[in-house]
Amino acid sequence: MDSLISIVVFIPLLAAVILALFLRGDDDAANRNAKWLALLATAASFVLSLLILAQFEPGAGFQMVEEYEWIGGLTYKVGVDGISVLFVMLTTFLMPLVILSAWEVKTRVKEYMIAFLVLETLMLGVFVALDLILFYLFFEGGLIPMFLIIGIWGGANRIYAAFKFFLYTFLGSVLMLVAMLGMYVDAGTTDIPALLAHEFSYGTVSLAGVQVVGGLQTLLWLAFFASFAVKMPMWPVHTWLPDAHVQAPTAGSVVLAAILLKLGGYGFIRFSLPMFPVASEMLSPMVLWLSAIAIVYTSLVALAQQDMKKLIAYSSVAHMGYVTAGIFSANQQGLDGAIFQMISHGFISGGLFLCVGVIYDRMHTRDIDGYGGLVNRMPAYALIFMLFTMANVGLPGTSGFVGEFLTLMGMFQANTWVALVATSGVILSAAYGLWLYRRVVMGDLIKESLRSIKDLTPREKWVFAPLAVMTILLGVYPSLVTDIVGPSVAGLLDTYETALDEAGLMTGNAVAEAAH
Amino acid sequence: MATIILFAPLIGALICGFGHRFIGEKPAQWTATSLLILAALLSWIVFFGHDGELHRIQILRWIESGSLSTDWAIRLDRLTAIMLIVITTVSALVHLYSFGYMAHDENFRDTESYRPRFFAYLSFFTFAMLMLVTADNLVQMFFGWEGVGLASYLLIGFYFRKPSANAAAIKAFVVNRVGDFGFALGIFALFFLVDSIQFNDIFAAGPELGQTQIHFLWTEWNAAEIVAFLLFIGAMGKSAQLFLHTWLPDAMEGPTPVSALIHAATMVTAGVFLVCRMSPIMEFAPTATAFVTIIGASTAFFAATVGLVQTDIKRVIAYSTCSQLGYMFVAAGVGVYSVAMFHLFTHAFFKAMLFLGAGSVIHGMHHEQDMRNYGGLKDKLPYTFWAMMIGTLAITGVGIPLTHIGFAGFLSKDAVIESAWGAGSGPGFYAFWLLVIAAAFTSFYSWRLMFMTFYGEARGDRHTHEHAHESPTVMLVPLGVLALGAVFSGMLWYGSFFGDHAQVNRFFGIPAHEEAVAADDHGSEAVAGQDDAGEGVVEAAEELAEGEPAAALADVTEPTADIDAGEDTHGDVMAGGWEEGAIYMSPDNHVMDEAHHAPVWVKVSPFVAMLLGFVTAFQMYIRRPDTPGKFADAMQPLYAFLLNKWYFDEIYDAIFVRPTKWLGGFLWKRGDGSVIDGGINGLAMGVIPFLTRLAGRAQSGYIFHYAFAMVLAIAVLLTWMTLGGAQ
Repeated sequence: MDSLISIVVFIPLLAAVILALFLRGDDDAANRNAKWLALLATAASFVLSLLILAQFEPGAGFQMVEEYEWIGGLTYKVGVDGISVLFVMLTTFLMPLVILSAWEVKTRVKEYMIAFLVLETLMLGVFVALDLILFYLFFEGGLIPMFLIIGIWGGANRIYAAFKFFLYTFLGSVLMLVAMLGMYVDAGTTDIPALLAHEFSYGTVSLAGVQVVGGLQTLLWLAFFASFAVKMPMWPVHTWLPDAHVQAPTAGSVVLAAILLKLGGYGFIRFSLPMFPVASEMLSPMVLWLSAIAIVYTSLVALAQQDMKKLIAYSSVAHMGYVTAGIFSANQQGLDGAIFQMISHGFISGGLFLCVGVIYDRMHTRDIDGYGGLVNRMPAYALIFMLFTMANVGLPGTSGFVGEFLTLMGMFQANTWVALVATSGVILSAAYGLWLYRRVVMGDLIKESLRSIKDLTPREKWVFAPLAVMTILLGVYPSLVTDIVGPSVAGLLDTYETALDEAGLMTGNAVAEAAH
Repeated sequence: MATIILFAPLIGALICGFGHRFIGEKPAQWTATSLLILAALLSWIVFFGHDGELHRIQILRWIESGSLSTDWAIRLDRLTAIMLIVITTVSALVHLYSFGYMAHDENFRDTESYRPRFFAYLSFFTFAMLMLVTADNLVQMFFGWEGVGLASYLLIGFYFRKPSANAAAIKAFVVNRVGDFGFALGIFALFFLVDSIQFNDIFAAGPELGQTQIHFLWTEWNAAEIVAFLLFIGAMGKSAQLFLHTWLPDAMEGPTPVSALIHAATMVTAGVFLVCRMSPIMEFAPTATAFVTIIGASTAFFAATVGLVQTDIKRVIAYSTCSQLGYMFVAAGVGVYSVAMFHLFTHAFFKAMLFLGAGSVIHGMHHEQDMRNYGGLKDKLPYTFWAMMIGTLAITGVGIPLTHIGFAGFLSKDAVIESAWGAGSGPGFYAFWLLVIAAAFTSFYSWRLMFMTFYGEARGDRHTHEHAHESPTVMLVPLGVLALGAVFSGMLWYGSFFGDHAQVNRFFGIPAHEEAVAADDHGSEAVAGQDDAGEGVVEAAEELAEGEPAAALADVTEPTADIDAGEDTHGDVMAGGWEEGAIYMSPDNHVMDEAHHAPVWVKVSPFVAMLLGFVTAFQMYIRRPDTPGKFADAMQPLYAFLLNKWYFDEIYDAIFVRPTKWLGGFLWKRGDGSVIDGGINGLAMGVIPFLTRLAGRAQSGYIFHYAFAMVLAIAVLLTWMTLGGAQ
């Protein structure tokens, strides 16, 4: 199949179109059909994506590339390499579970399913796009269905959350667009593989009277950084995330935490690091420190939360801190670890948000104090929650450990102070994770309202099972990921270091010139 | 065989934990227990059949990233073999004991299947602990390290309805994490320096590390020192050494069998094991090992002082454990790793027995744990009494001075104290004196426990005393087996751990040094005299009888099995570094010889201290039972200081726990709330109303604007590109 990737990417969109055009009525039967079609489409997309994985050759660059001419002289070009293929897999793997988790939604079911289907196509598109404009379309477009999911099916304060989301993202997007323009000017192409090979100039330039060391690279890097840092999110532009999570419906939270948060990290690895190596090297201390601060800061804030979703959202920010620090450690362990951490966080945070969803569906509160002693009536739930809590804490044997460990190992080689500060996050994560677990699950069941709470339904168990299996499988046998990621990362680092070697002397000169 | 030993407990845990619904509770418990008994039997076979050499069994690949390569693999050498028998034996006995102890637990309803859960946790713990000791690299060890932490967390919090148990469980996990923080940094530093975390590579790099400088934080450090120091922080957490000890007494919230297995015999000794395992690096880090010695000695002293005044029977033993762990660290710190392992080994038997004995008392007394409510139980619990008596004789170190005949603790503890003296250094003397004082305290609190529990008048609730009963056979059998260990394990293995060099070298598979010291000890005689301690003794005696220098020297010439050092650059070992063997003592480490040649007063001093403690306890609790109260009144501040454990918990609460929580709240409300959101909102309030007015409908307005802006931007870009603006 020549256009396998496109098929995988567009099956969900096709299903969404079918739903929009042909499904009529708002009765139970129509809702059921909508859900089943959505499940079928996402499942089909997953099964076909397995073929991508099967055909994939680690270390062989961009593969299964499709290239077509498109409107207005644009190019439609998609393909995968070792860095992106697993994100594609993560997305296709999670989406059927997300649909399944949203099975009990009652309002505007059809539209809900359409939103998720469109979202899947757009997210997949981001990971496979090999053209700058295409990437931008998918990247920014993906936020629209997410806005709708929060805005229509969200909680009481959804407008405020949407506000914040909008403001944060907008500024970054504008800057990224300008940067893309600049890249096109400099390189004369929007083809990503070509851009990766292109050397952007790094001679010092003067901009409005300010000497910019690293020149164009620095400017482009900063523009991309503005966009990706918000998406990650990095400290201090993280505050939109807790609000978005709190207001989003469960399925929306899962997608947001498990997949959308990875777009920023993917962007850093795809663009910032390989395309602007000189700027990356110069600015990496800043990113490392922002990440280390994020880890400690947000972990401390997580400790103070009363709202379960907020707590997990802050914990997500902390875990993304490991990712950014790993990426800008710019060594094999750091990058492998960052990618691993992103994949693993997809399963773990997804699992945790589903855990919150399970009891929210029953009790309609996210307040930690509203619970306590759930283990008495929900042993299966207690077990699964324990698993994801421990994975979140980074217990060896779960996937959470591998990512944390590798990124920290990478950081240590880059900067021992950063490694020290970041490693202290493992203490704090244990504190807030176990404390949450204790307040929700442990203790005697004394609250009258919880007397009749029911344990997991079979459907819920089916949603959790694949996530639990992946969490443990990747923790015990991480080579499943590192074998695929490793060669691509090694190649990336190779070019990165070559570029720095060449630039080494010249940046030195540039700095000297700037000093005159 | 090692693979079976390793995975039998895991299989047991899974079957018991998940399968009890299908096969029934009792069969599930028996499955777990019999698998552990199997593992224990196999471990003894491995132990006696072990030739001192290193075997490596590869299981699966694990974390691989660039030059970092770790496997799931089993490393089988003498250290592992010792730990295997300790872990599986105590664990099997504790499983057996738990049938009785957990039969009717009032913390649970009858319908709840808490028993299989308990057994599953115990088995899982055993698996994690075996993973720790069989690890072939530091990361796998870290897996076991955190795995036992998880098991410990689950078991301390086993009575999940009790808030105190939940709090203790979290405390144990988090304090351990503080230690793990150091451990992890140590691993990173080692990888940074050696580019590998396989034990063989690391060990071979020992001498090189001793001469390397590494930039860590603000300055340059000696590489070996910083690595040893960081790893020891991990050990301090796991082994509850001073400053990171606060979790261990609280861990007594768990059921008593757990305390015996995890918080006495096995998990808490993991730190000692780590230091011994890393001996090829520790030997090149004199400052770090001096630190180990000082912390060990201080802990031994500190915990013993607190143990003097506790009234909860389990807490007394808990502080005793803490103190004994300090002894082990002193031995390791002064460089006599074999003695550290020796005390670990004997301590496992007598301390597990003391805990199980205490459990038997608690069980018989309807879960009363306060010794002030005991008294006169000697006749009501005769077997338990004798078991506790043997345990007490062992821990206090009763034996015949200047010979090698005595209870287990006599031989191993005295060996530690002599080693501390033999170090001949400042920290060594510090440790020597603190340990001798601690020995007196140990004797006092141990006898105090015995006297308060089994002698004198019955105190407390009369009803409870009337119904006090001896425990069922299933609980007494483990006590009997452990009693054998508490009596004989010291005498049997004295030569192997602390005999002459040749014996020790042979036992641990160490190539002998050129200046092989002449045998000056009667270790093997003591062994030969005792062959009535059940099976295995004959084999042991045979093995030890062969402990001649010639045999040890022969080991040197034999090629090392399974060591993949060939292709490695560190393979060609520098002079003086580790070559093979389970532990490494550098050629200029003569502490063990010095210890053997210690003056008589040094060798006798622990015995005198022990007598002193006994006499004082006898005087205070048997002859004049009113004295303790008077003492407490007379020295109220000191008494309160000890009773409140030197106020560590209060201090930590004030300087760590509260500020952290406050900081969390502050950063959230002020940092995120006022500063970051405040800034953004200020902007928002200016911009958004403007946009809203344009869009009319607030809710979707932003989305449309967003999409509109995006499309507009694309359009601009496209136009510009097609117009050829790029040229």
